[in-house]
Amino acid sequence: MAWLFGPRRLSPLNVRRLANFRANRRGAWSLVLFLTVFAISLVSELIANDRPILIVYKGEILSPLLVDYPEEKFGGFLPQTQYRDPVIQEEIEANGFMIWPPIRYSYNTPNNEIPDPAPAKPSWMYDKEKRCARYAKGVDDLNCTLGNWNWLGTDDQARDVAARILYGFRISVLFGLMLAVVSSLVGVAAGAVQGYFGGWIDLVFQRFMEVWSSLPHLYLLLIISSMFVPSFWILLGIMLMFSWVSLVGLVRAEFLRARNFEYVRAARALGVGNLAIMLRHLLPNAMVATLTFLPFILNSSITTLTSLDFLGFGLPPGSPSLGEMLAQGKNNLQAPWLALTGFFMISLMLSLLIFVGEAVRDAFDPRKTFG
Amino acid sequence: MLSVEGLEVRYAHRDGALRAVDGVDLTVGRGETVGLVGESGCGKSTLGKAILRLVEPIGGRVAIDGVDVAGLKGDRLLAFRRRVQFVFQDPYASLNPRRTIGEILDGALAVHRLGDRPTRRHRVREILDRVGLPADAVDRLPHEFSGGQRQRIGIARALVLSPDLIVLDEPVSALDVSIQAQILNLLVDLKREFGLAYLFVSHDLSVVRYIADRVLVMYLGRIVECADHHVLFGEPRHPYTRALVDAVPLPDPRRPRAAIVAGDIPSAARPPSGCRFHPRCPLAIGRCADEVPSMREIAPGHAVACHLA
Repeated sequence: MAWLFGPRRLSPLNVRRLANFRANRRGAWSLVLFLTVFAISLVSELIANDRPILIVYKGEILSPLLVDYPEEKFGGFLPQTQYRDPVIQEEIEANGFMIWPPIRYSYNTPNNEIPDPAPAKPSWMYDKEKRCARYAKGVDDLNCTLGNWNWLGTDDQARDVAARILYGFRISVLFGLMLAVVSSLVGVAAGAVQGYFGGWIDLVFQRFMEVWSSLPHLYLLLIISSMFVPSFWILLGIMLMFSWVSLVGLVRAEFLRARNFEYVRAARALGVGNLAIMLRHLLPNAMVATLTFLPFILNSSITTLTSLDFLGFGLPPGSPSLGEMLAQGKNNLQAPWLALTGFFMISLMLSLLIFVGEAVRDAFDPRKTFG
Repeated sequence: MLSVEGLEVRYAHRDGALRAVDGVDLTVGRGETVGLVGESGCGKSTLGKAILRLVEPIGGRVAIDGVDVAGLKGDRLLAFRRRVQFVFQDPYASLNPRRTIGEILDGALAVHRLGDRPTRRHRVREILDRVGLPADAVDRLPHEFSGGQRQRIGIARALVLSPDLIVLDEPVSALDVSIQAQILNLLVDLKREFGLAYLFVSHDLSVVRYIADRVLVMYLGRIVECADHHVLFGEPRHPYTRALVDAVPLPDPRRPRAAIVAGDIPSAARPPSGCRFHPRCPLAIGRCADEVPSMREIAPGHAVACHLA
């Protein structure tokens, strides 16, 4: 793990925190595992895609990942090349070669050669005969290869589950991260203002927060997202409206406590401005609470997104989403690979994040740090 | 230089307003050290903080060289803060544990936009040297220093802006006796060198006796006696001052003592009528309960608020 926690110039306190974090071996390894899976999912396009990574065609090196080549280039007529089309493949193979990613499906690519009606079983559950039955040349067809396997089966629209899970993981984590970070920023700012100024600002704001946080979030999310067609960003905005509340109380308490510290008074006596005092003297105190909560906020963000997707009010149709995978599993009990895959992916992700969160909590635990 | 008239500070309290400071007049001249003594809870620290507007006063006037401090904003407030600085009681709480000494001192200069980086660095080293701290202190954090050294840092932070007046809020009461002496000597030296004026707030009479030119005695939010330090300690006129002076422990058990004041300081939320000291005063007469005594000058430079003085 040295690459992750390598030597850096750290204060003695942070060195001890890092040691505490590493002492929680489950949490530390969870972080490594989570980051590995996340890093892999960040390059999903190189792993699961319906276009080759690289093509050498008539001496020209082409990268279909970066450029949308029209099919004319290969003698076709469509505005976008369908690389899965056997005619195009033959044309390219005849004049050069192409390198496919390990899974030749993107999250939205239907497999037109599935042996059974969708959802089809994972390919390894069929014998070769059956698996290749729908290909033009049967068992001898060049496209009946490992790259065209559906390792985890297909969903009810014949899309590859493995590819969808990979993209779905990425979108879930990115969404969760973005939501967690933005709502932390908003929450910290709101809590800071409340705690620092206190008095009327605090009082009014607290009452507002009480009303706001007693609204039934999920119902409101359902109502709002059934009125708008929710894109990734609209959904982020809607969920932000409710998720920023979680940190306010903590940060407010921290600021209320710390604003009467003598060094804060000392800064005021020196003439340091409010904003500078908040950033320089108070925020570092509140950061511990914030960082400790961040993994758990991330977790709840992902869970909320998944539940919305499950109910069909989440990301736009066609998006790769773990919640939608679960919903399909529920509707297709005869295809247990859908529900199982979704379940294992979500539990793995959430468990890893909880373990990381526990380790972070340990790292900042003053009884452990100063014990 | 500093003049305070009728200063009032109130805190919200469940029994109504708590009058921590209730109409205080005082002046501090250039280069003068004024001691402010009183028992815990009499409002002396609040008075010190109210002068710097660390606590907002609700009435009265604080003026520096005739300029009212109350309405100051922005740059003019900054200019005032540069002239009047504060040293806190607890050297452990008054330094941000996350900032190095260099950052703490440089921060003070940077806020006031005094000089560019190299000159500021030079100034920081100069001040550290002056208060008796090693030059390598700049890169160290407060927890690496002892209480006495931390208080030197606190003094350095006030001093680095070259103020005219420093309000010292019990600057030595959190320290060991031997360290107290070092810090007091440092304060005396600095005063002589830079022509500083001090408002020295303390509950420790022997410390005030050592450092102050003039002493104010405060009781329950009011000044009760004001005199030159040897006059005040030699012939105190207010019964409260007498009790305070007599309560100072001296290494002479045979010395006769006056009556020790009984009871606790009453709540400032419900101060006694008339003279605030009358419920505890051994000499109180009927008039004391009805009539508030005003400050009377009984000798040049010696004022007392007592009907019997």
